[in-house]
This record gives sequence, structure tokens and C-alpha cells, in this order.
Amino acid sequence: MIKKVSLGGSNEFDIQLILYYIAIVFIGWLTIFSTSYNPAAADFFSMNNAYTRQMVFIGTSILIAIFILLLKGQYYSFLSYPSYLCCLLLMIAVFFIGTEISGAQAWIKIGSFSIQPTEFCKIGTALALAKFFSEGKTIQEKKNRWITAFGIILTPVFIIILQRDTGSALVFFSFILLFYRIGLTGWILVVGGIAAGLFLFTLFFNEIYALALVTAIFVLFWILHRNNRKKVIRNAIVYAVTVVFIAVSYMGYSNMLQQHQKMRIDTLLGKVDDPQGADYNLNQSKIAIGSGGLFGKGYMQGTQTKLNFVPEQHTDFIFCGIGEEWGFLGSLTICLLFIGLVLRILRLSERQRDPFVKYYGYGIAGIIFFHFFINIGMTIGLLPIIGIPLPFISYGGSSLWAFTIMLFVFIKMDYR
Amino acid sequence: MNKHYRVIIFLLIGITLVFLLRLFQLQVIVKKYKDKAIENAVRRITEHPARGLIYDRNDSLMVYNDAAYDLMIVPNETRGFDTTELCYILNISKEDLKKRIEKAQNYSRMKPSMVAQQISKSNYGYLQEKMFQFPGFFVQNRTLRHYPKPISAHILGYVGEVDQKVLEADDYYQLGDYIGISGIEKAYEQELRGTKGKRVVLVDVHNREMGSYKDGEEDQIAIQGLSLWSTLDMRLQEYGEKLMENKRGSIVAIEPTTGEILCIVSTPSYDPNLLVGSARSKNYAALLLDSVRVPLFNRALQASYPPGSTFKLANGLIALQEEVITTKTVYSCGGGYNMGSHTVKCHPHLGSPDLIYAIQTSCNAYFCRTFFNTLNNRKKYKTIQEAYQAWKDHINALGFGIKFDSDLPYELKGIIPSVAYFDKLHRKSWNPNSVISMGIGQGEAAVTPLQMANFIAIIANRGFYYKPHVIKAIGSKDVINDRFTEKIDCGFDKRHFDAIIEGMEQVMLAGTGRSVQIPGIKMLGKTGTAQNPHGKDHSVFVCAAPKEEPKIVVFCLVENGGFGATVAAPIASLITEFYLNGEVKRLDLEKRILEMKFL
Repeated sequence: MIKKVSLGGSNEFDIQLILYYIAIVFIGWLTIFSTSYNPAAADFFSMNNAYTRQMVFIGTSILIAIFILLLKGQYYSFLSYPSYLCCLLLMIAVFFIGTEISGAQAWIKIGSFSIQPTEFCKIGTALALAKFFSEGKTIQEKKNRWITAFGIILTPVFIIILQRDTGSALVFFSFILLFYRIGLTGWILVVGGIAAGLFLFTLFFNEIYALALVTAIFVLFWILHRNNRKKVIRNAIVYAVTVVFIAVSYMGYSNMLQQHQKMRIDTLLGKVDDPQGADYNLNQSKIAIGSGGLFGKGYMQGTQTKLNFVPEQHTDFIFCGIGEEWGFLGSLTICLLFIGLVLRILRLSERQRDPFVKYYGYGIAGIIFFHFFINIGMTIGLLPIIGIPLPFISYGGSSLWAFTIMLFVFIKMDYR
Repeated sequence: MNKHYRVIIFLLIGITLVFLLRLFQLQVIVKKYKDKAIENAVRRITEHPARGLIYDRNDSLMVYNDAAYDLMIVPNETRGFDTTELCYILNISKEDLKKRIEKAQNYSRMKPSMVAQQISKSNYGYLQEKMFQFPGFFVQNRTLRHYPKPISAHILGYVGEVDQKVLEADDYYQLGDYIGISGIEKAYEQELRGTKGKRVVLVDVHNREMGSYKDGEEDQIAIQGLSLWSTLDMRLQEYGEKLMENKRGSIVAIEPTTGEILCIVSTPSYDPNLLVGSARSKNYAALLLDSVRVPLFNRALQASYPPGSTFKLANGLIALQEEVITTKTVYSCGGGYNMGSHTVKCHPHLGSPDLIYAIQTSCNAYFCRTFFNTLNNRKKYKTIQEAYQAWKDHINALGFGIKFDSDLPYELKGIIPSVAYFDKLHRKSWNPNSVISMGIGQGEAAVTPLQMANFIAIIANRGFYYKPHVIKAIGSKDVINDRFTEKIDCGFDKRHFDAIIEGMEQVMLAGTGRSVQIPGIKMLGKTGTAQNPHGKDHSVFVCAAPKEEPKIVVFCLVENGGFGATVAAPIASLITEFYLNGEVKRLDLEKRILEMKFL
């Protein structure tokens, strides 16, 4: 008993998190039903229906959740590195036994179901990172581990990029939140922001202007500080890094991203205006959400989603279904549920005495929020269209299982 | 509380707030997305009503409808599609398809317009299966006109696509809609076209119909156009067209007591089925270019001829009304009417005729003198201008030189010159002899076959007429077309008609109409020979029968047919016999006519 108290955490499963989970999963299933229900083929128990399959996914998720809650919490700390390595191996295995689905070679087919190891790798990485940071004795020691920690993140990212699944790769940058919490300077957020800005600037104007701009700033710096040798050297290094980043951004844009992804970014940036073409997804998505109004069109009444004007309306664009049928009130509810869930995880994390659990909490809060951020941001036209699921809501077994495991491992570890 | 924790909380809440503001903007402030969603998913499909049917006076069907399918396009909703496939199905070239789509775009990017009309039934089935490949296109069900008998083309008219002018003037029509362009189809467009309906349906992204919008509460059923009952007798019309084969001219038969046109023939004519559907423009061009036969020209309404001797009846009537002559007045005829420098010659006949005998013999001298005295009536009129104006008023009252404004589109009013015309021609100094040839139906006056037939109806009615028309009932056989129920009085004393009728009966008994008298029926008639400066004279005949209560008046003119008695009289007589008796017994006469060729 004393041990439990000293480790912090609660002596019962956090009911709030479980309620958030149930609410979001339930709304998710209702929306999948609404967007994929076809009165012409209304056999509820046919496994051809997305909503029936999702029902199975939810059922299995609940079993998984119960199983996790029954296991000993200490296992997860012990299993963190092995699971990380397992995930990496699985992802490498995809290259040999995987199938390609919508342009990404990221799936392993088992019977009629497909598993996406990437989804599970997020958990493995979160566990490994938490473990790795928690092994540092002092704050300073932890800070000093960041380069290796980046390695832990970049390894799966590298593999995922090779699988041409840029969206999922981006998600791993959400661990910046954890880095920041560990005590790395706030510059890490700023640098992240500037990097993103520079990335967009490079795409928007072109690499020559970006280089010219950066060069001008550093030349100015050099003139101001030319007597301070130490600063000159440091600036030169930073300059070199920046130039390399711009080059990488440009190359990444022109080589790494696929044609359709480039089009999506160009569309968002206003480089192309073609409402029937590349712009189509974004346009239809905005129409779906916008036409919902304050109260929505009513359940099962969404024309945009039910009549397939919105592409991927039960997976990546599922938020359209909510916006269209439940209106602004529905959107508000979803946003509040997500921010509530994430804030609750962070709050519980702060409460933890065991740094492993705390860091794990930060890791998964970052991942869930980043998914929410990218997914909703794209449907409302604030971010380019990057195909990643909305946690707990989008149709898909891998995604739901992974997020369920992710969350319930935390709930279990919170309970000591 | 940890500072970094706080920063993170603010960051996450901040991002969520930005999202919520954006969502509020999209969903609550901006309204256009609602319309755009409707525009996406809701398709208003116009349901075209079938046009009304047209029956003849004996309930025989003259015009009916047949199903056809048109391919429509909504330019804004098209996305990339396989042009080769569509061209293959429609059997047109890519350039042609491109042109058609451009035309539709120029009309409207949002409204549907036609790309291809009257797709065959087999192609329609094939196309329907492939429709999902062609977003923005849909097939529309239409009806086409069909004619059981290839007759009365001119009077029935035809339908065709609306032109730009109509589209701009009338909201009812959309590009590709059909509208009556001539004949009854034009005159009764409002009644025949019916009421468009619409189906409001939901379509999915592949343009497939997914059920009705709002459970069909905005749907409207198309209402078929009203059926019309024509005054025409189809059998008589068919017989008339048969008799006029290989002849250029026209027949107009009217029931005088009602103004109902029983048959109205203009030859050369064409099969009305030629001007239906996709073949219409090609066939129309061919008919239009036929400069020898001029089949599109409706001579019954649009050809102006010198009235010829039949005009003498009008002049006799006016002279009686103006009290210039009485039925007893006798003028001597010395073989013609002498004006000093010039003589209007007359045919050989006995001595000095009175009015009745003058009609029977068509005496030129008698009617020249009568006309002279009508215009020289200084007891009543101070100047020739006044006298001529009085004569012209009478002539107009008899239906010459005016349009009836009936239900026959494009009728001409003929020529009855005004006082001003002669004042200008003769520098104000003119006398009755300047215009004397009009007294015998030659000279400046020109009339249409319809006007002549109507004039005979006035004689048969002894002084009044109903506007000659071709539609007697609308919607149902007992709903009488009320546009033509007004009795128009011509302003003549009834008694003056006695002598005219008597004269016309004499024509049939002892005059030029002897040979075409129908056994057992008392007839009135008058031959005419309209002088034709361009060739052989036109053969003209008018008749009415039976004498006591005429049921039919007939006007017949055969261009270049020579004397009235040669061609026109037999034809008019046969028409009368056919109508009154239901059959023709004078088969030899009929045979002779059928063998005559003037083309």
C-alpha cells in the first residue's frame, strides 16, 4: 500500500478517461453507421458493412482493454524496449509480406482483415521513449539524452517514409511535446514552429527565396558579431543546418512526397485552384461541414457524406459526417471531448511519481492530440490533406486497437 | 504547477479554440455551403409533359405522341469522362461533341441543356448502363409528334427547338425545349404544351439517382397538354389533297354557319412526319431549298392572287347596297366596256344583261359599268376618293384586304389599295376608269384563297360570317373554342343577296358551272379565271351547296389551270359531293381530275 502511494496514481481506474473513451468510440460508430449505411443492402450482420466490421473492432477492443486492465502494470515498463523492437521488425516485415493500400505499402493482410503495424509502432515508440528518458537519474542527464531519443523516433519515421506513408511519419514529431516537458528548452517548440514555417515558405515561394532570406539574416548577424569569434562559429553552424533543412524540405517536397500529396499542399497554399480536381476533397469536406449549420441536418440526413461526395467519409474524413449531421454543436462536442481527454491524460501524467508513466502519458497525449490536430485541421481547410485517422472515431481495426491499447495501458499504469 | 505543463495546456487549448472559431465560421457564419451541398446532391429533373393530341371533327386522331430520349448535360457538374466512349454511343465525332458542349456552356453552366436528341431505344438502353461514367449527363424522356396520315402538314404545323429569342423572352422554355413553330402547333402552343413537372431527386457523387428529395414534397407531376378538336374533316382533307396532286394551288372549304374550316389544302405539300425529331433540320432544309415545288409555302393563307371574276359578286353586292343599281338595272354590252382609248372585252353572250344574267355570263361590261357608277356616285360622295373609300370599306367588311387574326398563323391580308395609293399613283387626278379593272377582279386587287372562301360563306349566310378557324374545341369535345363564336355582320341588307344567289345558281344551271352540277343538289357557283402575267391563267371556282341552307362553301384555285371550268370547278364540285354525300359517284370526272398534271 505504501509503495502504491509513493508512486502516485490512483487506486481505481480513472473513470473519466474511460467515459471519454466510451463516448468518443460510440459517436464514432454512430457516424460510421450513418455514413456507410446503405438501405439497398441493409443486412446488418453482413461483414461487408463498414459499420458491422467496426462493431467487431469495438468488441475486440473492449476485450483487449479488459485484458490490459487485468495484466500487471509493471509489465509495460519491462516490455517497453522489446515491444519497440517488435514493432520495428513488423514494419520491416511489411516490405516483404505487406500489401499496398491507397499508395502506402504499410499493411499486413490476415484473412479479410489488414493490420497496419505503423499504428502499433506509435505505442512501442511511446513506451521506449518513456523508458529511455525515465532511466536518466537527474534532469540534466535526461536532457542530455535527447540526441539518442531522436534516434528512437527517427528510426520508425525512416521506415515509414520508405513505406510512402508520410502522414503517419509526421505523427512521430508529436513527441516534441514530451521533449519539451522533460525540460528541453522552449526553443524546441520554437524551432519546430520555425522549421514548419520555413518548410511552408520553401514550398510557397521556392527554395531560392528561402535561401536568400536566410542568408541575408545570417550575413547581417555576421556583420554585427564579426568580432565575437565564438558567436560567428555558432551562427555558421546554425546557418549550415538551416540551409541543409531548406534543401531537405525542397527535396522532400519534390521527391519524397507523392504527386497527390504535392497537389494537396499546393491546393492549400492556393498555388492551384481547381475545385473539381485536386481541390475536390477539401472543397467537398468544407461543404459537408459548412452545410451542417448550427444544429446539423439530423442523423442520417447528411447528403454530402451519405451520397459519397466526401471521399473517405468513414475513415480520414469522418469528421465531415459529424459536422454535417450534428452541426456546430456536434463539432463543438467532439472538440471538447478530445481536448478533455488529452487534458485529462496530461493532468493524470503530472500526478504520476513514476517518471515512466508520466512520460508515457505525455507521449500518448501528444500522439492523440496530433492526430486530432492534423485530421480536423485538414477537413476544415487549415492544414494540407494528410491521411491520418481521427482517433477512436475513424473506421479501421488497426487504428482503434492501437489507440485502445495506448490509452488503456496508461489507465492501467495510472492505477497502482 | 510546472511551467512547461502550463505552456503545453495553453498551446493545446489555443489550437482547439482556433479550430472552434474556424468551425463556427464555416458552419454558422458562412451560408454558402448549404447551397453548395444542395447543388451537389439535389437534381431538379424537368418532367416534360406530352403535348396535347389533335383530333379532327369526327374524333379521328390527326396528331399523337411517341416516346423519345434526349441526352442532357449540366456543364458545371461534368468531370473528366471518356469522350471516345460517349462519341461512340451517340455516333458523333469528337469535334461535334465538343461544339455541342460549348453551346450548352454558353447557354448556362447550371441549367440542363440538350446534347443529343432522340437517342434510339437500343442506344438508350446501352447508355443508361454507362451513365455513371458520365457525371453531369442525364437522359430525359420526351415525346415526339406523329401523324397517322401524311396530310394537312401546313395547317397542323410542326414543333422544333426554341430559339434564342424565345428563351430570352419566356422563362418557361429552356434550351432544347420544343415549341410550336407553325400552324396549329404555334397558334395553340399555350394549350398544347401542357404544364411541366419536376422531380427533385438526390444523386450521389456518381450522378446516380438515390431517391427523392424531402420525400418528394417538391415534386410536381407533369400535366399533359390539352387535346384539341379540329374543325377539319380528315377524310375530306385527304380527298382534297389527293385531287390536288400534281397541281399547284389550294382548296378551302368552310361550313358557313360556323366559320369552321372543313378542309384547307395547299399543294405541293409534304408529309408532316418529315419534320419530326432529329431528321427535322435536314428535311426542313431540303423542303426549304425545293424552289420548284416550294412545298413549305401555304398557298391557302399566304398566296395573293388576282380575285378574277368571282370578285364581280362583291362589286354587284356593293352596288346594290350603295343603290347604284337595282336588280332590274340593265346595261348594254357591245362586246365590251369602252373607255375611248381602251376597251375591256367581254365574252359572247346575249344582248343587254341584268344583274342575274350578268353574273351567269360573267359580263365584263356590266360590272365595269357598275363599278364605274359605284365610284362615280356624286349624289352620295363628293369626290372619287370618298366614293372609293366607301367601296373599300365594304370590301374590307367582306373580309378582303384584312387579316382575320384567326388561329391560322402567318395569314396574309392580300391587297386592296388605299385611296392614298391611287392619289400618289395618279397625282390625285384619277377617275373610275383609272381603276376599272378592279371591277372585274383584275388589276391591283389581290386576295388569298381563305378570303375568297370566306366571302362565299358570307353570301351563303346572306350577310355575316364567323372568323374562319381550324380549332373548334379545346380540352374536351364539348368545350367550344370561344374565340370564334362572334357573328360578324358585313353591313349589307339581306335582300341584296337574293339576286347574287340567284345569279350563282344560274351559273350552275345554265352558265360556266353546268358541267360540274352535282345531280340532285341545288348548287351555287361562280367560275373565275385569274389573269396571270407570268404564264397560263389560274383556274378559279367557288361554290356553295345546298342552295337553301348551304352546309359547305368551297374555293378552289389551280395555278396555270386555265379556265375556271376546266380544273377548279370539277375539284370544288367533287369536294362538295364528297362532303355532302360521303362519297363520290362521278368517278369519270374524278379520274379525269386525278390524271391532270400542271406541275
